[in-house]
Amino acid sequence: MIYLQLFLSYLKIGFFGFGGGYAMLSLIQHEVVIRHQWISNAELTDIIAVSQMTPGPISINSATYIGYVVTGSVWGSVVATAAVCLPALTLMILITRFYLALRENVYIKGAMYGMRPMILAMIGLAGMVLFTPDTFSDAASWIVFGVVFLASLRRVDPILLIVLSGAAGYLIYG
Amino acid sequence: MRKSLTLFWTFLKIGVFTFGGGYAMVPLIEKEVVGRRRWIDGAEFIDLLTLAQTSPGPLALNTAVFVGYKIARYAGAFWAVMGVVVPSFVIILLIALFFSSFRTNPVVEAVFKGMRPAVVALILAPIFNLSKGLGLWRLLLAAAALAATWALGFSPVYLILVGALGGLAFAYYRKRKGRTI
Repeated sequence: MIYLQLFLSYLKIGFFGFGGGYAMLSLIQHEVVIRHQWISNAELTDIIAVSQMTPGPISINSATYIGYVVTGSVWGSVVATAAVCLPALTLMILITRFYLALRENVYIKGAMYGMRPMILAMIGLAGMVLFTPDTFSDAASWIVFGVVFLASLRRVDPILLIVLSGAAGYLIYG
Repeated sequence: MRKSLTLFWTFLKIGVFTFGGGYAMVPLIEKEVVGRRRWIDGAEFIDLLTLAQTSPGPLALNTAVFVGYKIARYAGAFWAVMGVVVPSFVIILLIALFFSSFRTNPVVEAVFKGMRPAVVALILAPIFNLSKGLGLWRLLLAAAALAATWALGFSPVYLILVGALGGLAFAYYRKRKGRTI
């Protein structure tokens, strides 16, 4: 029964998770803390912190983590993670098919034309939200930011940049 | 099968390095999918980012579905999604097992302290490449949309809706005048 509840909760989170990670948090909180009381608010905060430090989107990370904590089994992780991916997988296949078939349609073109500047705004917004005093606490962090920004414009491999800045962090703060 | 394997491998690489949420890996996805594999071209990549916003779910996942489906239909979409999900799944599962010791490790904390400003830089850098060919008035529109969302704090979902409706109205207007976009 717990597996079914887990599946349905994360199906819901996956389906209404428009607007990306942080918009999803209130939804996750409502399902797992308030409604089912699988974990506490403090535990959820910890998961968010870990999620920021590990690869992968927060919705998937929380599904994997909570799935394990609730059932005490890897299968709980599998069920919750699959459930959170399913709506996006289904809808995105439909959207992709629609786009590939109709991209020469004048109205589809028009809609894409209008949405493009909004994507820039959303990326800018995501960057601005992360400009926290906690992340930019000293000169070194600004230097890392500047160097990575310029290197990225010159198309240096982003993986290399992440690894190098991690190494820099170890040398500076470690 | 070979295509699916390449898709899995490429998105596994993207999945491993998806720190700090979706946008930070936009340059990485672009490099792999547009530059290296040539699965889609630059203009299509911007369409892809736009479409990924209209579907619920993380950017990484939606991107994987789009590219996977385009290259190898359902099998392609499935394997690309597996590629994105597997790294985060494995790492979080390990963390769930050893959570407390991981968080308090000072070496881990120092490494991530160095990575955080880098993640912010990687999110913001693509704006310059993506704004090429957009034209002045759409750039101004982007700036206005950014300022409005920042100041008023409404959901970015509305930006997508307004952009789509505005674009449809524009297309209707141009079509009536007998011109294309």
